[in-house]
Amino acid sequence: MMQTTSSIPISTSEQPWVLPHRGIVGMTCLIIAESAIFLIFVVAYVYYIGRSLSGPTPAQVLELPILSTICLLSSSITIHYAVGALRKDNVRGCTLGLAGTVLLGAVFLMMTAREWYHLIHDFGLTIRTNLFGTTFYSLVGLHASHVVVGLTMLTIALALSLRGSVTEEHAERLEVLSLYWHFVDGVWVVVFTVVYVLGR
Amino acid sequence: MAHAPVVAVIDQTLETKRRPPFDVVYEWVTTVDHKKIGLMYIAYALIFLLIAGFEAVLMRIQLAVPNNHFVSPQVFNRLFTMHGTTMVFFMGMPILFGFANYLVPLMIGARDMAFPRLNAFSFWISAFGGLLLYFSYLGGDGLYGMGSAPDVGWFAYAPLTAKVFSPGHSTDYWTLSILLSGIGTTGTALNIMTTTICMRCKGMKLTRMPLFVWLMVVTSFLVFVAVSPLTAAQIMLTLDRYLGAHFFDTQAGGSAVLWMHFFWIFGHPEVYILVLPAFGFISEMIPVFSRKAIFGYPAMVAASVAIGFISLSVWAHHMFTVGMGPAGNTFFVFSTMVISVPTGIKIFNWLATLWGGKIIFKVPMMFSLAFLFQFLVAGLTGIMLSSAPFNWQLSASYFVIAHFHYVLVGAIVTALFGAFYYWYPKVTGRMMSETLGKWHFWLFIIGFHLTFDVMHVPGLLGMPRRIYTYEAGRGWETLNFIIGIGALFQTVGTLIFVYNMVRSYYHGEIAGHDPWDAWTLEWATPSPPPVYNFAVEPTVRSRRPLWDLKHPEDPDENYE
Amino acid sequence: MLPTVAAMNHLSVLADGAILRSPTTIFDPAATPARSAFELSMLVLGVTAGIFLVVGGLMLYAVIRFRYRPSDSEREPPQIYGSNQIELSWTVIPILIVVMLFLSTTRVILDTEAAPKPASSVDVTVIGHQFWWEYRYPKLGVVTANELHVPVSDPAKPMPTYLAMSSADTDHSFWVPRLAGKMDLIPNRLNTMWIDPQEPGLYLGQCAQYCGTQHAKMLLRVYAQSPEDFAAWIKQQQRPAEQDVSANPAVAEGQTVFMHSACINCHTIAGTVATGRYGPDLTHLESRDTIASGPIQNTPENLRKWIANPNSMKPGVLMPSMHLNDHDLDVITAYLVTLH
Repeated sequence: MMQTTSSIPISTSEQPWVLPHRGIVGMTCLIIAESAIFLIFVVAYVYYIGRSLSGPTPAQVLELPILSTICLLSSSITIHYAVGALRKDNVRGCTLGLAGTVLLGAVFLMMTAREWYHLIHDFGLTIRTNLFGTTFYSLVGLHASHVVVGLTMLTIALALSLRGSVTEEHAERLEVLSLYWHFVDGVWVVVFTVVYVLGR
Repeated sequence: MAHAPVVAVIDQTLETKRRPPFDVVYEWVTTVDHKKIGLMYIAYALIFLLIAGFEAVLMRIQLAVPNNHFVSPQVFNRLFTMHGTTMVFFMGMPILFGFANYLVPLMIGARDMAFPRLNAFSFWISAFGGLLLYFSYLGGDGLYGMGSAPDVGWFAYAPLTAKVFSPGHSTDYWTLSILLSGIGTTGTALNIMTTTICMRCKGMKLTRMPLFVWLMVVTSFLVFVAVSPLTAAQIMLTLDRYLGAHFFDTQAGGSAVLWMHFFWIFGHPEVYILVLPAFGFISEMIPVFSRKAIFGYPAMVAASVAIGFISLSVWAHHMFTVGMGPAGNTFFVFSTMVISVPTGIKIFNWLATLWGGKIIFKVPMMFSLAFLFQFLVAGLTGIMLSSAPFNWQLSASYFVIAHFHYVLVGAIVTALFGAFYYWYPKVTGRMMSETLGKWHFWLFIIGFHLTFDVMHVPGLLGMPRRIYTYEAGRGWETLNFIIGIGALFQTVGTLIFVYNMVRSYYHGEIAGHDPWDAWTLEWATPSPPPVYNFAVEPTVRSRRPLWDLKHPEDPDENYE
Repeated sequence: MLPTVAAMNHLSVLADGAILRSPTTIFDPAATPARSAFELSMLVLGVTAGIFLVVGGLMLYAVIRFRYRPSDSEREPPQIYGSNQIELSWTVIPILIVVMLFLSTTRVILDTEAAPKPASSVDVTVIGHQFWWEYRYPKLGVVTANELHVPVSDPAKPMPTYLAMSSADTDHSFWVPRLAGKMDLIPNRLNTMWIDPQEPGLYLGQCAQYCGTQHAKMLLRVYAQSPEDFAAWIKQQQRPAEQDVSANPAVAEGQTVFMHSACINCHTIAGTVATGRYGPDLTHLESRDTIASGPIQNTPENLRKWIANPNSMKPGVLMPSMHLNDHDLDVITAYLVTLH
């Protein structure tokens, strides 16, 4: 058997060489990319404020979604608690935190769905009605789809936690998921401000 | 530094026995190894290079004489759309990310990418995107035969892409295939960024990474912030076409210019995404074949990062004729001219690397030197285009086509050819033929200059782009004919290249692990590398770890 | 066979320098915007040529002077890692060049886009269509298509033509290189540009933004006329179509067939029931040299062929074939050629 030798430089000194955790870095990159997508939808929304040729305007149909916002932003606190609990090997605390997050997120989605039903059936506002309808449903809908994805992942985490499969060594992974969830909440702050405060 | 020659592993070019074809295919289809995925990207891109090149040749035949009837206007409009879309998304991006996939872990002493399964997923979704685009030729039927392949141009301006002006499904094939390709690209960029930050071998601080890795980091950052706007715009376009949304519906108060802004916010950084890896190739090859370290490594890193950031602010130089007004036009003139400063710094640093060196004219270096010269010209025509009033004459004309092909072919493809000859020995364990390489080089370069030098002139004489034919008597006839001849030379050169790659695989001279006497970590592994890359994790103390091994009396770490 | 003939053609073309006398070259400006762009382009070309000679020359020198010679020793050349002073010098000098170019460019942008509009200017509204040009002179009550007439402008007493441009469908671009740089026509948006040709003559161009199948044949013809000729043309264009056609029976029949066909849904003939706006105004069709926006000479034979089957002459055009029989085609053509 033919063997080739090649010189790989190695060193015997043992200074610590610590690099960041790849899950966190990867999720940060994903968040940057997703932020850019949201930014474009926000730009479109802002550009078209006041330019609809017809149909209902934001002031006529939108109400401040205070309760759903409180729910969503609180869910950031619950998941932060869940991650902290898991780091301290408190699996039950983690399960509680995850359950709270899923619940609050689900309430947010339900209230968004109720709002949309109200807009469509009572005001006749759809994505094709006018520029406001187009930009509203696409921006809020894009955010809602991200909430759905996040809730799915959180539910899986909750199920695994209830099953007893989650231990302290998974804390890093849960933190990566929580980063995503904090991002979703951060986007909601922007959407809320642009759509329900500035745009009306 | 202690170093021990480490027994690497069996040299696979000599030892591998024939395995059943099904096993081989299964292994490649299910692989998560960055080297195999990189090679799949490259092979896939080469197939599309040939297809899109063929589309270009058809267009040049149609334009060789005025009022020609070689293809119909409808077919021609599909040809330029497919040629541009294919070359950018299914040739340029895959081939460069394929090289990055293969080389980045090797260059930083890592075992694989950070997320191998994501890597495989990114490849397969991009590949599906390419197949989807070409399926449009078969599946895109719609109203009045308006279906078939997309014909809206590679930047698909609104409202031409609205359902009313582009009925049928051809535009949707364009939209969806690019959307999928964008997902794949973002995944790969995420992998490259994470791998570089989190998996460097011991001692490889960020300031000791090879320049190719630095450039892939900047490229990956650009992918995150630039490809996403395109994804957003594609979603908006699809909502317009299928759910009756009005993002770009001018009849409902929507704005056609908004599409342009969104597209070019992607489109300009995109060309930097394509060119920065090419800069990376050149920054690796020129030092080795000049026998000198790269001149001004910190300046090169700073210039690359600066180019990345500034490239996000220049996009509307593609829109000088849209009527943005003096303030808008002036801003984008300024930002575009400013980006020439870090770009020039890079050219001067490469020149300074050559200076005082011992230049070896092997084929990779010949392509690198051609790159240097041609990229200089491309940058200069870019400066011409950055001057808005001059741009008002030159935009949307053959001058622009000549400029961007000068960058895409004269710089990027040229650098790519060099990279193929340079790293082929590492990938396969065999050298490519120098003789065939020289034939490839000269035929291609002569053809390139015949086509693209001449192509500037019809633009100066008023010939717009995207026209399937033209009137006689405007002075364009002879020029178009010569451009076509150049295309034939380039085709022959490229075919010789493909033949060289295939032939060398079986009959090339055995390469060994370091045929070029180079200095970065990928040359410390056998050729081809074992699946785990390095038998032990390397430790580095400078930017050129193999130089330190070969010159223990004068290691680089004394100078950095 | 054919390639040889083509090659012979090209050689003869090279010989008589058609390239130099191209009617659409940017290097032969005939109006102020084109001239400003031309002068700026000379500056930019000069600077870039200078950079090319210096840097390209250094590259060539380096490649020759520092090539590896077999007689060289085996030692590696001295490793030079960088130099801060050198980096600074080739940062500062390009910055200075950029500042100079930027200031020169800004001046020309302002001269062209922010120039005050003289009171004597002629206003034309240009609407781009798939694949023809609509021209309206709102203050003069003229509507025409495809051939733009403007007065010559004397630098001492400027009479530029201001074009207010938009589109009825997709994006287009108005590019007549000898008169000005191009400006896009975008639906739901108004763009403005101006031209002031100083010599009478015909200036050519074509649409410069891909707008669909027949983008290539959306040609531009701008006729710059002396003020007297322009006034005469305006007067002629302001008249409605000749109503009394009883003299020639074929023409009269043609008019009847036209007015009872779908033609009137797309075309306007001023003073008749034809008030369609989708296609070009035909009131003064016979005053134009070309039809179909430039590529076809306006002769009765071509006109008849066009009406019979527009797609055969300009495939992808939006005018459908009306499937008229031969007799109807004859009489309609006879009628249309009377529309001076």
